[in-house]
Amino acid sequence: MIGLVLRRCATMAVTLLVISALVFLVIKLPPGDFLTNRIAELRASGEAASVAKAELLIRQYGLDRPVTEQYLMWIGLWPGPAGFSGLIQGDWGWSFEYDRPVAEVVGDALWLTLVVNLAAVIFVHAVAIPIALYSATHRHSAGDALVTVLGYVGLAVPGFLLALILLFYANRWFGLSIGGLYDAEFTGKPWDWPKVRSLLAHLVVPTLVIGLGGTAAMIRRMRANLLDELAKPYTVTARAKGLPPLRALLKYPFRMSLNPFVADIGNLLPHVVSGSVLVSLVLSLPTVGPLLLDALRSQDQFMAGFILMFIAGLTLVGMLISDLVLVWLDPRIRLGAR
Amino acid sequence: MMERVGGPGHFVDTGPFDPDAGDPGRGEAASAWRLFLRRFLRHRLAVASALVLAALYASVPFVEWLAPYGQARRNGDFIHAPPQGLHLFHDGRFVGPFVYPYRAELDLQTFRRDYRSDRSRPQPLRFLCRGDGYPFLGLFPADRHLVCPPEGGTLFLLGTDRLGRDLLSRLVYGARVSLIIGLVGVSISFALGLILGGIAGYFGGAADAAVQRLIEIVRSLPELPLWLALSAALPPTWSPLWVFFGITIILGLLDWPGLARAVRAKLLALREEDFVQAAELMGATPARVIARHLIPNFMSHLIASATLAIPTMILGETALSFLGLGLRPPVTSWGVLLNEAQNLAAVQLYPWLLWPVVPVLVTVLAFNFLGDGLRDAADPYQ
Repeated sequence: MIGLVLRRCATMAVTLLVISALVFLVIKLPPGDFLTNRIAELRASGEAASVAKAELLIRQYGLDRPVTEQYLMWIGLWPGPAGFSGLIQGDWGWSFEYDRPVAEVVGDALWLTLVVNLAAVIFVHAVAIPIALYSATHRHSAGDALVTVLGYVGLAVPGFLLALILLFYANRWFGLSIGGLYDAEFTGKPWDWPKVRSLLAHLVVPTLVIGLGGTAAMIRRMRANLLDELAKPYTVTARAKGLPPLRALLKYPFRMSLNPFVADIGNLLPHVVSGSVLVSLVLSLPTVGPLLLDALRSQDQFMAGFILMFIAGLTLVGMLISDLVLVWLDPRIRLGAR
Repeated sequence: MMERVGGPGHFVDTGPFDPDAGDPGRGEAASAWRLFLRRFLRHRLAVASALVLAALYASVPFVEWLAPYGQARRNGDFIHAPPQGLHLFHDGRFVGPFVYPYRAELDLQTFRRDYRSDRSRPQPLRFLCRGDGYPFLGLFPADRHLVCPPEGGTLFLLGTDRLGRDLLSRLVYGARVSLIIGLVGVSISFALGLILGGIAGYFGGAADAAVQRLIEIVRSLPELPLWLALSAALPPTWSPLWVFFGITIILGLLDWPGLARAVRAKLLALREEDFVQAAELMGATPARVIARHLIPNFMSHLIASATLAIPTMILGETALSFLGLGLRPPVTSWGVLLNEAQNLAAVQLYPWLLWPVVPVLVTVLAFNFLGDGLRDAADPYQ
């Protein structure tokens, strides 16, 4: 097991390296960068002192070096002006727009992103499993048809719009404040019970919206899996020997159908993370989503790069966990070993 | 002609036997495509979806003719006008399709415009009449429209936006861009998926491993942040038309892994078949074996996968444009229209600005149903 974990971690590291190159390429793609734009702006307004400062920043972050060198410096495999100091060493760079270290700017947003995504994944599973169980055992019933229709609508409604409309009604009916993940009065306060409660209340709409698309897909797949298992002889045997229906369902076919379900997290996670970025933008949640959009627009390269890496890393770690759960759940699967 | 002979439930056709008519009960005689079609036609929902989509795409060249107004036509006197109802009866008398004219009044307390319809004057619509000019099919100038606003009146069946532009007309224009983006984007990812999946599945070994890793990496990346990053990379100096092409390519570039995986899996299975070996022994090149022997065998399956990928493209464009990183005016797409409904004021005060969701919903659902039907028809045993 430990060997397996190590092997998977090693492949993940390689994947992350490739992704980092991709991310850097994408960020460097648009012509110009934040500082040269800023310098041109400052020159036009004749602020010589600020120009000198911006030029200092360019030298300090090695932005005058060749692109490959800049990339290696960014991930920390090449000595920059301040020695080895990149993502690997835990230095996430400098946000030119905020004039503060990236780590300080993103701060709380990182783990709020984690909370939102985790809530969405839990929501998807908590809703999809019972519904799929119901619609597979009550095949072709009115409830099954309703779930199928709702599932299709969930696939087709653009999430951002649903977010907007749900937010509007949450505000009108329940008096939930618009935007943010907690009421404005809690900003900058330490985390105590009322603040957590406010957070939970504000999590409902984003979780619902992010989870809906994934839930629909998961119900369809789980239902199909379960239907396959229900048709197998061992289910008939379990029933024939007189097991109560619920037990006959949960003890064997359900367990078997869970297997592809866990493996499916690999599909679900990128979807959920994508959705969370979109919904965060619409609902202006204090996650990394809005920060990313700003950084991309103003070409704040270290900031955008770090957030993209964080999002990719989040997805990869989630997939790693799902793989490990899969191995633990099903002893027949031995990833990597021949 | 059927006649009941013998016992209950037993039928014998008494008509003369024609040995050339073929046996309708036997499938072997029909070609694979005919079988595919027959299975597909059994899915009523999928067939209905196919018809809806065919109608939508058939209207794409004629949007200028279908829309009552030009897409940039502003009606300064009717800003944020709510939808005008379409009526048939006036005072219990049949008049034909008509609207009641709007009277705009400025509410001096809220500074909102109030629109009241004047119930005394029905204004019948005109059909096949002259209106805003446009280049028909991009070739010659024309000014005929299917429906026009009444003489001296207005026709805002879905209301107007903040510049007084007719939402229905803009929606019809937006259909062109949104529908084309889905199709072109999928063509790009289809080509990429076919090539990369083909290489991986046919050659196997190192090529397979490389493509597999690439697929894994692209699949593990959340799409939206990458779309955001790439569309932010489009130079701001590009004209809206070039941005349109850029966005289409971006959407297509990131969606191929699903298709590539399908191609690879199918190829790996088919590669071992005898007819492939026979072709190879006869000296066929790999390109010929793939194109002539392998692809026809799983084309139906691929088309189904591609159909299911189109909604992702359409929703992706909508999301990007909604965030202001996608298409830019004057290019009009459903996403661009929804961008105007982005704030809560729109939801509360001008809910008709949300209308563009309906065509998005219909199109995405239709593609989903069609794709499911095609997949079932292509793979009856799954």
